[in-house]
Amino acid sequence: MARKTSVAASAATTIVAWAFGLLMFFPILWTALAAFKTEANAYTMPQTLFSSGWTFENFGIVQERSDYFRYVFNTVVISFGSTFLGILFAVPAAWSMAFQPIAAPTVKLSGKVWALIILGAVALAAVILLPLGWDISDRPLLAIVLLLLVGVPFGVWIYTRRTGDTLLWMLSTKMMPPAGALIPIYLIFNRNGLVFRDWGFVNLSDYTLMDSFWGMVPLMMLLNLPIVIWMLYTYFKEIPFEILEAARMDGASLWNELTRVLTPMALPGIASTVLLNIILAWNEAFWTLNLTNKYAAPLSFFISEYSSPEGQFWAKLSAASTMAIAPILVLGWFSQRQLVRGLTFGAVK
Amino acid sequence: MATRQGQALGRLALAPSVIALSTWSIVPLALAIYFAFLRYRLDNPDYSGFAGWSNFYYFMIDPFFVRDLFNTFALVFNVLAMTVIGGVLFAVLLDRPFWGRGVVRVLVISPFFIMPTVSALVWKNLMMHPVYGLLAEVWRWFGAKPFDWFGSAPLTSVSIVVGWQWLPFATLILLTAMQSLDEEQKDAAAMDGAGPLNVFRYITLPHLMRPITVVILIETIFLLNVFAEIKVTSVGGFAGNLTYLVFSQLNDANDVGEAAAGGLIAVLLANIVSVFLVRIVGRNLEA
Amino acid sequence: MGSIQLKSVRKAFGAVSVINGVDLDIKNGEFAVFVGPSGCGKSTLLRLIAGLEDVTAGEVLIDGKDVTDVGPAQRGLAMVFQSYALYPHMSVRNNIAFALKMAGEKSDVIERKVQKAASTLNLTDYLDRKPRQLSGGQRQRVAIGRAIVREPKAFLFDEPLSNLDAALRVQMRVEIGELHNDLKTTMIYVTHDQVEAMTMADKIVVLDRGSVAQVGSPLELYNRPNGLFVAGFIGSPKMNFIKGPSAAKRGADTVGIRPEHVAISTTAGEWPATVRLAEHLGSDTFVHAEGDGIGPLTLRLEGEAPLKPDQRIFVTPREPNVHKFDKNGRRID
Repeated sequence: MARKTSVAASAATTIVAWAFGLLMFFPILWTALAAFKTEANAYTMPQTLFSSGWTFENFGIVQERSDYFRYVFNTVVISFGSTFLGILFAVPAAWSMAFQPIAAPTVKLSGKVWALIILGAVALAAVILLPLGWDISDRPLLAIVLLLLVGVPFGVWIYTRRTGDTLLWMLSTKMMPPAGALIPIYLIFNRNGLVFRDWGFVNLSDYTLMDSFWGMVPLMMLLNLPIVIWMLYTYFKEIPFEILEAARMDGASLWNELTRVLTPMALPGIASTVLLNIILAWNEAFWTLNLTNKYAAPLSFFISEYSSPEGQFWAKLSAASTMAIAPILVLGWFSQRQLVRGLTFGAVK
Repeated sequence: MATRQGQALGRLALAPSVIALSTWSIVPLALAIYFAFLRYRLDNPDYSGFAGWSNFYYFMIDPFFVRDLFNTFALVFNVLAMTVIGGVLFAVLLDRPFWGRGVVRVLVISPFFIMPTVSALVWKNLMMHPVYGLLAEVWRWFGAKPFDWFGSAPLTSVSIVVGWQWLPFATLILLTAMQSLDEEQKDAAAMDGAGPLNVFRYITLPHLMRPITVVILIETIFLLNVFAEIKVTSVGGFAGNLTYLVFSQLNDANDVGEAAAGGLIAVLLANIVSVFLVRIVGRNLEA
Repeated sequence: MGSIQLKSVRKAFGAVSVINGVDLDIKNGEFAVFVGPSGCGKSTLLRLIAGLEDVTAGEVLIDGKDVTDVGPAQRGLAMVFQSYALYPHMSVRNNIAFALKMAGEKSDVIERKVQKAASTLNLTDYLDRKPRQLSGGQRQRVAIGRAIVREPKAFLFDEPLSNLDAALRVQMRVEIGELHNDLKTTMIYVTHDQVEAMTMADKIVVLDRGSVAQVGSPLELYNRPNGLFVAGFIGSPKMNFIKGPSAAKRGADTVGIRPEHVAISTTAGEWPATVRLAEHLGSDTFVHAEGDGIGPLTLRLEGEAPLKPDQRIFVTPREPNVHKFDKNGRRID
């Protein structure tokens, strides 16, 4: 039902909306324009929207001076890699929670089983920690206890909860402030107090996670995994289970059921999840600023380099900024709606 | 609703994610607790041993702590006020039919996709620079003396930058919610003699209350952890928040123990907030 | 071939028991209908036969072979779901062909079988459409087509007509009946609608709270319900139940009389009553009356009966059609 609106009112709406829209967008537009100005023009007073001297030189200089494309490559590796890894983890999890939900905790664990689990945790700790030679300060035993005596039984406990609780718990991991995890992750990455051992046949002490893809990609995956699982879950939930059962009745194996029926139906959802995750990973700026500085540094780090006073050449800053945001801005435009679902964990669709 | 085989398979499929996430949520936290009670400095190997509560004590008597704690909440509050009020207005505006709505929508949403480091530097330099910035220009055009944004009012300036980034988020969510509002409800209210303001007051706003809570809670989670904007604009010394303080304890003071203690305080704060979020989102999950 | 046997089958979801020991024997070629109110376990029973759910205890046999631990894909049954469960991303052709592809048939064989099924079901013109471009009745036909190309041992229907409008439902009912006459394959059909059960079934299985209340042909159930539950469930409008002196007089705790098995007089009869409402359908008149001391009565009279609200009438049951039940609700003969 279209309500009647007078021509004047709708003209006013149009003008006001466009004015606010342009106001919001203006800093981006201004940056993009400044990228094409000469360094002198970028500072010229008074500023003009359309200055006379247009140039492409800034882009060339940025690439030449700080190797822009390497940062793009790093960003792509981190954001696409973490997304791909995240999908590998999340698709089975979301499938499980959407189609094989656990309505009630079916596994009742006796005291004996719990004791076994704790013993198992100690064994696991020994298996993981001893060969790596991890040594947390001079109290390795305490570290082992903290690491696994809490972690493994906790994992088992979560594992036996009903699906609704598991989902909420996954959501809650996203609420862990990075400030809390910064110190341990920094030290693990930097190997301070956590020194890998030289075992003779393989010298693990040469390896470090700091400033490497081996550290950044899994980290970024873990950061966004709850969002990815939730988003996929809400998409999978919309697929009627009866269709999968129909495939089963039609004689499809599990593999065919997943690849020929579920995947094609869930493809739009998976695609938007991938898109959102790439955007989030692309723009991440806490861990990248803290854990990278050269080899695995992505664009967010690259831009932050321009904050130092000697790097303050506005035209070049603008050129670098434009190059850093353009690809993701375009992706973002395509994913507006999915963004809502992903970032509100399905609370608003 | 399925077979034993299916359930077993389901658990198997869930396992990798549960293992990964429980490791991610437990291991750093356990280590942080461990370090928080340790005398541990990166620049002094001789400084070691059990520290008791002293790391917490020194972190909290640090004059920066009280100020940064205040800043943390002030930043969250400023940005929430800006984005919720602005978001409601934008949502109402963009929900009306007008020429070029799709384009305006894209324009409004765009700042959300700008990486924090970029928006911080663009605002600090191109927009808010006291001499060459565009805002200085505007001030001069009106005959006023240009304002030194980041110099004189660092917290407000950071709030504006962060608010600009998050306003699209609030707008997008509230707009999506607006579009699920039954048009017939508005028509019925109009038939009952309600004017546009009353329709907004009694129909639209109550309908938006739930998405507004969602916006507030989710933004709070992210805003408690604002970091890049503060670091890149180099205002950490004046308008730092708790996250920044933890970073500087590690990076500038090299004190692992105290940084870990600070991190735990941040965790505690975030948990108080997240309890509410989980409740509200959880209620919607079951529906 | 396609006989299905259930031997003391039980199903519990956690602590909740849904099927409490069902024994059933469905012969090859039979059209069996599971009927009962919602929540009686009829759909669960069908899903147990299909293999979509595990039995908690008991055995399921198909053609005499124990298939209790065999997955749904290997049982050789076909199912038509309530929501049709068509694959939305596949054309009608591919929907119908899917099972054949899964069975690894050659493409020319698949094409021939799909064409044959499509012509049986009047779907030939729609083969290249997607399910969302079809009407409800057409989707229903595709779902049936998907089932028949497999030449299954038995068809399972889970309330297949409940999403259709009344006219289409009658039409599809006839089509499914004709399909059974043509194919002579075992069919198990689940419905909550006793009219569907009465019109289609060779054998009706009435379920009540997870147990079989009665098994029999439609007319057996109509004429000789073994208890109050079946008596009240089968027949429309519902049977009237009367307690008190007129039941005691016949040596029963409760007597039941179907609305169509009464005589009405304006002067004298067994049960005096006041007319509340008369519904004139043309062919019949349904009279809702309040019997003095015995509560509401529903009566069905042939043709036009000139009855008005508040009119006094006298109702007399036809004695051979009176059903007698004891204290526990069981039939007394």
